[in-house]
Amino acid sequence: MSVSDVTHHETGHEHDDHSHDHPEWLAHHFDDAEQQFDSGKLGMWLFLVTEVLFFSGMFCAYALLRSQSPETFAFASKFLNEKLGAINTGVLLFSSLTMAWAVRASQLSQHRILVGMLGTTLGCAAVFLGVKAVEYTHKWGLGLLPGSLYRAQGVPSNEDHAFGELSLIYMCVIPGILAVAFLIWWLISLVKKDRVQVEIAGPLFLAAACFFGGVGLGRYLESGEAHAEHADHTAQHDSHATELAAAEELHTASPVAATAVTEPVLNAVTQAHPDQVAPPKFEGVEDPKVNQKGRAGLFFSIYYCMTGVHAFHILGGMVVLTWLIVKAARHEFHSKYFGPVDNVGLYWHLVDFIWIYLFPLLYLIG
Amino acid sequence: MAHSTDAHADNHGHHEGEFAHPASIRMLLTVFTILVLLTLLTVYQSTLDIGDMEIWLSLGIATVKASLVILFFMHLLWDKPFNAILFISSLIFVSLFLGFTLLDADAYSNKIELKDTLAESMKPEPAPEAPVTPTGMGASR
Amino acid sequence: MSILTRPDSTIEVTRGSDVKDNYLTHTSGFLTWALTLDHKRIGVMYFCGVMASFTLAGIIALIFRTHLMWADGGFLTVQQYNQLFTLHGAIMVFLFIIPSIPAALGNFLLPVMLGAKDVAFPRLNLMSFYLWVTGAIFFLVGLLITGLDTGWTFYTPYSLESKGPVVWATLAVFILGFSSIFTGLNFIVTINTMRPPGMTWFKMPLFLWATYSTSIIQVLATPVLGITVLLLTLERVLGIGIFDPKLNGDPVTFQHFFWFYSHPAVYIMILPAMGIISELIAVHSHKGIFGYRFIAYSSVAIALFGFLVWGHHMFTSGMSDVASIIFSALTFTVSIPSAIKVFNWLATMYKGTISLTAPMLYALSFIFLFTIGGLTGLFLGPLSLDRHLHDTYFVVAHFHYVMMGGTLVALLGGAFHWWPKMTGRMYNEFLGCVSAIVVFIGFNLTFLPQFVLGTRGMPRRYATYKIEFQDLHVVSTIGAFVLGLGLLIALVALVHAIFRGRKAPSNPWGGATLEWNCSSPPPFYNFERPPTVSDPYDFRGIEYDEKIGGYLKHGQS
Repeated sequence: MSVSDVTHHETGHEHDDHSHDHPEWLAHHFDDAEQQFDSGKLGMWLFLVTEVLFFSGMFCAYALLRSQSPETFAFASKFLNEKLGAINTGVLLFSSLTMAWAVRASQLSQHRILVGMLGTTLGCAAVFLGVKAVEYTHKWGLGLLPGSLYRAQGVPSNEDHAFGELSLIYMCVIPGILAVAFLIWWLISLVKKDRVQVEIAGPLFLAAACFFGGVGLGRYLESGEAHAEHADHTAQHDSHATELAAAEELHTASPVAATAVTEPVLNAVTQAHPDQVAPPKFEGVEDPKVNQKGRAGLFFSIYYCMTGVHAFHILGGMVVLTWLIVKAARHEFHSKYFGPVDNVGLYWHLVDFIWIYLFPLLYLIG
Repeated sequence: MAHSTDAHADNHGHHEGEFAHPASIRMLLTVFTILVLLTLLTVYQSTLDIGDMEIWLSLGIATVKASLVILFFMHLLWDKPFNAILFISSLIFVSLFLGFTLLDADAYSNKIELKDTLAESMKPEPAPEAPVTPTGMGASR
Repeated sequence: MSILTRPDSTIEVTRGSDVKDNYLTHTSGFLTWALTLDHKRIGVMYFCGVMASFTLAGIIALIFRTHLMWADGGFLTVQQYNQLFTLHGAIMVFLFIIPSIPAALGNFLLPVMLGAKDVAFPRLNLMSFYLWVTGAIFFLVGLLITGLDTGWTFYTPYSLESKGPVVWATLAVFILGFSSIFTGLNFIVTINTMRPPGMTWFKMPLFLWATYSTSIIQVLATPVLGITVLLLTLERVLGIGIFDPKLNGDPVTFQHFFWFYSHPAVYIMILPAMGIISELIAVHSHKGIFGYRFIAYSSVAIALFGFLVWGHHMFTSGMSDVASIIFSALTFTVSIPSAIKVFNWLATMYKGTISLTAPMLYALSFIFLFTIGGLTGLFLGPLSLDRHLHDTYFVVAHFHYVMMGGTLVALLGGAFHWWPKMTGRMYNEFLGCVSAIVVFIGFNLTFLPQFVLGTRGMPRRYATYKIEFQDLHVVSTIGAFVLGLGLLIALVALVHAIFRGRKAPSNPWGGATLEWNCSSPPPFYNFERPPTVSDPYDFRGIEYDEKIGGYLKHGQS
């Protein structure tokens, strides 16, 4: 690339004597800026290698489970909202763009652009988590839980929307507190005309606010979907109820069989004949037995593991992005010292890299 | 690239200040646009009914996207070859891990019968798992 | 031999140890140690930590070996026995062997041998140490709640059902894994980017090659252990079912995950030991290493081949036939680079001027014990024989010959060899040699009978056994106590040196690697200027100087 010529004008420290006269951004045990940069970058690439192998375990489990029962995956992934997945993919891709731009800005000492780009990246991360929070809590309300906690779908009493709503509120508490705190900090520093603090608090407040933007977006899109799903379920209730009753009549002469499907009945059924309960039927699903803990439950296990670990990586990325914003607002980066921005950028792109695979593997099946 | 191709310590010193290579904005925007288009493409292809090919197609598109991110956003195309080797070797070891494990699982899959946990799944609240008394000991070396 | 016969009192110390400022005295106070970024201090702290863990796990081993003197068991309940061998294994593997040589000696030596001021990321290095401490605390908490009884391997489904504190232990392993990853990452970066001018790849001491190979494994394999124990933790807490057969999960997969790390981890344990032996043999034979490049490349080869053979732990676990056959065949490839190393060490000694010092005695017993350990591994590789020997005392003896006879003996040899450099004091040669001999005898007395027991069908992990096995068990227990005595003597020798040892010269053994160029103990910054690098195994011109009790390079006075 012919871009390297732009860097010559930067802080030309001539330090012939390596052990003394180090500029403050150069650690004592490095000889020069390039050695420091190369070490940091190599270290980050090695860390990314460990990340790839860390995630590979879950991809391996995914492949095993999917090959073991592909129809389960086709069934269970219908409960994931493709639109939300696609929007989150777009958000992460955009954040990757702004991150890459931030690296460029740091190399060119464009301090304002750098803070802006880092802030945008942080905001995108918050939107992503906001959407994710809606997705998670919506599923929790439906009983779409991992493994042993999974509750069969299509049984009305199993749905506990209040639980989902409540957990969404809990999830909003910390971002809410942060948003208020950052807003106050921002306003104070605006009044005090402290440029550095304004440049730190502003992006942080906007990022925290972005979380709620993500939540709103998620709820808007999820609610449409939820209605459709709900209608779908209720349409099946009749057939489901008869099915269940029939199954029971076959195996017991219990009088409760004739009553409508209510919780106690279900309990009675499952306790009396745990092995012979007929599953609720779903349109387009050949084998309704996929709707159980040991099948769809496993899909949601791997779904929560993969996206959950990924979300923790987003959270970690947000912490280091905040640290970068602080440093960037203090104008600490320039063409000889931009390693931290570059390395956080590498990490951030890797998180995007993982999501690029998660999206089609989890959302776009069948 | 003018950059030294090796991480040898004795190559330090010359080229001082030349290790920053800002990416051009046009390149970043182009890559981003392609990535978004590919995302739309992969969403579209998931609606097509192409059977078993689907997963390979969507994985293929994902791989193209991932490569774009790695090569351009992560700058691997201009990075030291050693870093590229590192990253590729991580993928090789992943395929080794997945390859052997899946080969084995596939080979014994015909001996496995999926259990039915339907009754449990229909219970509104999961019963707490009763701890089973310890019996066997894991065999290992 | 000459060193052994010379009384210490005749040596005046005049040079080298005069330097006032060294890393030990540079600053003082608890916090300057606790918050130090100096790789040497971190190495010393690691050394104390791993040795404390080793002592704890060793005492546990003595307890259940005593119990095993009687066929019906001695004083432990079956449950207690299960908990004790689990703790012994888990502490030895995760708290002792894996961090032992790389994190303790490696941290101390790597930058000095390389001619660098420090490792590339000193803060990460300190963090790695504190992660190790945190992991150790988690293990101890788990130990205090109730005993862990799953074996160190946490195989499902038992680990899902056990009442022991599995979650504490898996979290401990997760944290320790990151400690190990950070150490490995730091070393790779240091060796890649911080070599001073003249230190090319093939000018590096073989210990660094071994450490580098170890670091590759640490970086590539440990993350898989991380995700394995994380999934196991979630399995315990939420019942995600991926490894739980009750929910159609697959316990064999857990073993694949586990051994994808834990087999390469065997080479994390042994490779640095081989690096130490390469140094010890060359220096104490006063002869250039034979086949430098072969030893260097074989380290890397072992690291890579180590990833191809994990399935040989699972021959009886329900793995498919085709995978078993492939893994069995691949297993034999690892023996080639290991054998290359042994041949080269032997060839190095041939016609050398061997000084039978304590480090050299340890190195010799390493070669003997490691060879037995390695060759008995070949018995376990073929499927037919493994079906018979799997989970018997034969396996126990095999891996103790490699892990303990290999790694621990090399660690002790390395400790004696570099003790003058680390502490600035010479240990008592007589005590050191006695400890080496007693350890060697005790070790063989403990574990040779176990080979016999194993072939006769004594299964491992049993608290009681048939009466016909008792004689050999008694011999083994006696051996264990002899071994414990030997280790105690080694400890006495090392501690005695700190308080009563004579001051160490810069180069007590006549080594040619860079650490012998700086004073004993090294100054805070290791080297004021990048040192002149020469062949690490060129001993020409390095001659013994009576006056200082150490070696001097010709023309340097």
